[in-house]
Amino acid sequence: MNDSTKYNVVGTRLPRYDGADKVTGAAIYGVDVRLPGMAYGFVLRSPHAHARLLSMDVSRAEALPGVYAVVTAADLPPETEDTWRQYARDNTLASDKVLYVGHPVAAVAARTPALAEEAARLIAVEYEVLPAVTDVLEALRDDAPILHDDMRTQSLAGRGDKPSNVASHFRQLKGDPARGFAEADVIVEREFHTATVHQGYIESHAATAVWGDDGVLTIYTTTQGSFSVRDHVVGLLRLPMSNVRIVPMEVGGAFGGKNSSYVDVVAALLARKARHPVKVTMSRADVFLASGPSSGAVFRVKMGAKRDGHITALQAELFYAAGAYPGSPVGSGAGVMCGPYVIPNGQVDGYDVVTNGPRVGSYRAPGGTPANFAIETLIDELAEKLGLDPIEFRLRNHVREGDTQINGETHGSIGGIEVLEAARACAHYNAPLTGSHRGRGVAHAYWGNWGGRSSCILNVNGDGTVSLLTSSVDLSGTRTTIAMQAAEALELPPEWIKPNVGDTDSTGYADVSAGSRTTYATGIAAIKAAESVIAQMRARAAALWDVPVESVTYAHGVFAAGDELRFTFAALARQVTEAGGAITGVANVDVPEWGAGFSTQIADVEVDPETGKVTLLRYTVVQDVGKAVHPAMVEGQMQGGAVQGIGWALYEGYAYNDKGQMLNANFLDYKMPTALDVPGIETVIVEVPYPPHPFGVRGVGEPPIVPPPAAIANAIYRAVGVRPDHLPMTPAHLLEKLGVIGD
Amino acid sequence: MQPFVYQAPTSVGEAVALLVDPAHRARPFAGGTDLLVQMRRGLFMPGMLVDVKRIPELNRLTCDSGAGLTLGAAVSCAWLCDHPSVQRAYPGLIDAASRIGGAAIQRRATLGGNLCNAAPSGDSIPAMIVLGATATIAGPQGTRSVPIADFCTAPGKTVLGPGELLISIHFPVPAPHSGARYLRFIPRGEMDIAVAGAGAWLALSDDGSTITAARVALSAVAPTPLFVEAAGAALVGKTPTAEAFAEAAAIAQEAARPISDVRGTAAQRRHLVGVLTRRVLYGALQRAQGETIHD
Amino acid sequence: MTKTLVSATVNGEPVEFLCEPQQSLLECLRDILGLTGTKEGCNDGNCGACSVLLDGQLVNSCLVLGVEIAGRAVTTVEGLADWHGLHPIQQAFLDEDGFQCGFCTPGMIIATKALLDRQPDPTEEQIRTWLSGNLCRCTGYDKIVRAVQAASRQLNAASREVEA
Repeated sequence: MNDSTKYNVVGTRLPRYDGADKVTGAAIYGVDVRLPGMAYGFVLRSPHAHARLLSMDVSRAEALPGVYAVVTAADLPPETEDTWRQYARDNTLASDKVLYVGHPVAAVAARTPALAEEAARLIAVEYEVLPAVTDVLEALRDDAPILHDDMRTQSLAGRGDKPSNVASHFRQLKGDPARGFAEADVIVEREFHTATVHQGYIESHAATAVWGDDGVLTIYTTTQGSFSVRDHVVGLLRLPMSNVRIVPMEVGGAFGGKNSSYVDVVAALLARKARHPVKVTMSRADVFLASGPSSGAVFRVKMGAKRDGHITALQAELFYAAGAYPGSPVGSGAGVMCGPYVIPNGQVDGYDVVTNGPRVGSYRAPGGTPANFAIETLIDELAEKLGLDPIEFRLRNHVREGDTQINGETHGSIGGIEVLEAARACAHYNAPLTGSHRGRGVAHAYWGNWGGRSSCILNVNGDGTVSLLTSSVDLSGTRTTIAMQAAEALELPPEWIKPNVGDTDSTGYADVSAGSRTTYATGIAAIKAAESVIAQMRARAAALWDVPVESVTYAHGVFAAGDELRFTFAALARQVTEAGGAITGVANVDVPEWGAGFSTQIADVEVDPETGKVTLLRYTVVQDVGKAVHPAMVEGQMQGGAVQGIGWALYEGYAYNDKGQMLNANFLDYKMPTALDVPGIETVIVEVPYPPHPFGVRGVGEPPIVPPPAAIANAIYRAVGVRPDHLPMTPAHLLEKLGVIGD
Repeated sequence: MQPFVYQAPTSVGEAVALLVDPAHRARPFAGGTDLLVQMRRGLFMPGMLVDVKRIPELNRLTCDSGAGLTLGAAVSCAWLCDHPSVQRAYPGLIDAASRIGGAAIQRRATLGGNLCNAAPSGDSIPAMIVLGATATIAGPQGTRSVPIADFCTAPGKTVLGPGELLISIHFPVPAPHSGARYLRFIPRGEMDIAVAGAGAWLALSDDGSTITAARVALSAVAPTPLFVEAAGAALVGKTPTAEAFAEAAAIAQEAARPISDVRGTAAQRRHLVGVLTRRVLYGALQRAQGETIHD
Repeated sequence: MTKTLVSATVNGEPVEFLCEPQQSLLECLRDILGLTGTKEGCNDGNCGACSVLLDGQLVNSCLVLGVEIAGRAVTTVEGLADWHGLHPIQQAFLDEDGFQCGFCTPGMIIATKALLDRQPDPTEEQIRTWLSGNLCRCTGYDKIVRAVQAASRQLNAASREVEA
């Protein structure tokens, strides 16, 4: 089925099923939920980055008229067995220590938002303020403040013997790095520092909880995964899964940041105590301070190559700040760093380090962008020193199917070489770039993508239309791409399919809509559900016609047997609905393999050498998407991911003072790109079909965010001759590199 | 936001009466683009907001070649920037006024508010200083006039006394062969607060060979917008050359007292003062020579 | 705190509501009038998700007080489509895939309306400058700019038809 001429629906640019609701304001997002009798929650948060909670007095808050409930960690069931659940509990409401500014310590539900806030201010909290550490390298020092007294470093050697902020250390080794560097004709080595950045979704987190008199808890929430919220709520509140129903609302941006749950449990606790539905919304400042941004990181990387243009060795240390609790994406950072190239000898050390910041979450290709910035800067430098075109150098060293990476994983079917070749051939790469202080940079990236668990239900209606129900939350149009695949498999016009996203009571279990998996894995579920529908309908046709089921064919919307017997899909749907029982196709899948993505990006910049300001003149994203189910949405993913990466490159970063307080928790000083800061992003879609998917689909969303900082850094080098080594590459950083101002 | 009383008087007298009563803890309210944000952050908790947008004197813009420009304190930036006579006669003011926020902010923000907010980074203030503008203030004791250069006294502090209200800002008729320019440095293309900003105005002799008067003012490099009189004075009598501008820029750099904060470092700001001062002097020169420049 | 009775016109309909002076127009629209199409992204004027038209002028409704709109006219995203169907700007955003999550979209569409009302044929630079107060985190803006250009073409063609 990989012949694109065979597709009727896949590959077309349909209007989105949810489009009208999105352009008229009718779509209801998590923050829009209102229930009768609803009360409003307010979370009291720590003003300190690190402190012991000595005492808390909530009596004045409780006494305020109009206050329905006040909750603290004491309202949560105790947790002694599972360390990770203990972290989740403490991150919901702090018990003995606060570990970052914004750490929740108590919450209030009241008749109005203003009353809830006023009451929260009446809660007396006594803190013993402790020294704080937000920088990952400082957290490693022997005299650093220790966040968790019981934390010992986990490594291959076992468990460390003294308290440490290093939660874990891994080492990946391949070949003989010392010999590899000895063989090298050229060796480059640099240290890179990258700031914490935020996903920057425009809709904040919001949850509205209501308890039925039957003990059933319903939460309307903004999330990437209704079942992951259910698991979280059930784990912390110790409820039967069947008594918790999560209703995922429309999501106003997520990018990995809504994989984790922040206010659902608080809303549930407040609603139970208040005996009212309770809505808890995070402010923009709360979102910056207390959701799950990316890791700030430090890299020390050394790389060698021979004069013939082949890489001989890599040595890398990656230090990732995890925030308050362990779990940084240092492992996937290492994978991104080493994924695209054949590296015969390599040693990679990764450190997961806790710091006094919000617990990091996932951000689109977690851990990948900063690691790519480090490696692709060195790749560019090696290419320059070897006198090779940067794309040619990458092609000479590129991995192919079957190559094993330093981390031991083996590449499956990939299209990285095709992507680089398309980049080399594209109009942008071949256009002249003239003018002073201008430069063109290239970077290339690998991202693994994901498969995972998905569910799809197809209900055949009496008129032949099909209602599609999935548990995969739609972040950016996946209702449409899933329905398109169902329509293709059912050989029906797409307007006959009506896709919906269900709640946890009405759909099968699914993983979060993340890891670029939804169109891919839930698409497979939809195709399998469609195959089930067709099989059931063939059987029913066979019964009606009294012929063997093997003799019933289905093509182009028509069931047939022999020359005489024919049913259109709609006619058979009517028959079976009127008598014999309706048809429902269900598929629950756990997709074990997934197609990795590659993206090459080309940036033209102009640098003002007097101010350090970087202007993007032209930008192109080339990417292998396997098969573009909806090309316009694929372009949108490529453009949106690239612009997030551009923000990471040039503008965005958490700034902390020495007390661990964030100085820019707002959209004024946390600077995301505006429409004026980027050119129209050009796209080149490469389609190297991924065989395990019936239509060849690969994940699309994450790869494009990975290479922008490196592409821009390499362009800056071409423009003004200095190599930036900090993200964001601020004007001040460039002026320092240029020697215009002291650092 | 803390509760407050809202009043919308229709005369200056009424407004002053509301503002002067200490029991009201009143603040004037025009566009609200700074004030409401500051109130939400708990920086101010006024007991009353006095909406000045219904007072005629504050909602008037007159621009003519005989009397100059009189800008009511509640006139929005968009109103000012869209005004053809202002565009012709005061492009150096438009440089600054058009940079205060994006399109939506432009329709609410006012130069009066930008001035009274007295942020060190207030973009319009250096532009107003170099144009020689004066503020008209009404209060319980009557009306007085204050040069813009003297208006801001500290971050967030102004010369306004209890019950006093900024009514309007007056700009003199542009001198012949004169021009003004304002530039600021920000990381993004729009929507940012200045890391540093500079305004310049200069007038040329009839033959264009000599600078007869000049003024330089800076933003975001001192506790208040900074009028660097010495930088302008150094240019008087000089030929408008790169060397002369560099000398003035060096004086401006010397006068700057920048700090390091989340928006920039002190070293970066001091450096930018030099770059921006040279660039705005050059822009002011071009305008004085009758050229039209856009961003 | 005593509430004030505000009479205004919202989306062409007369409305009356009670609000407290500190409630923003955004809160009044969403929480009192139930018009949740206008979104809150930052509540300090830096994202544009709450854009509405006040007497035809683009404003951030988080920076306008509800009490200020007495006697004035407000247009929100809910006021654009009618029984004929989508407004041409809305149709253009749909046709050009000018949105992904859709959360900034009401503000983008309102800002676009304000732009095209004053400047029917803007350049790309003018579009990007005008929309710089409206953050979008999903699209990278390219398809939004294309949608504005398509809407401009559509509206100009329609007005030429009316003239002819």
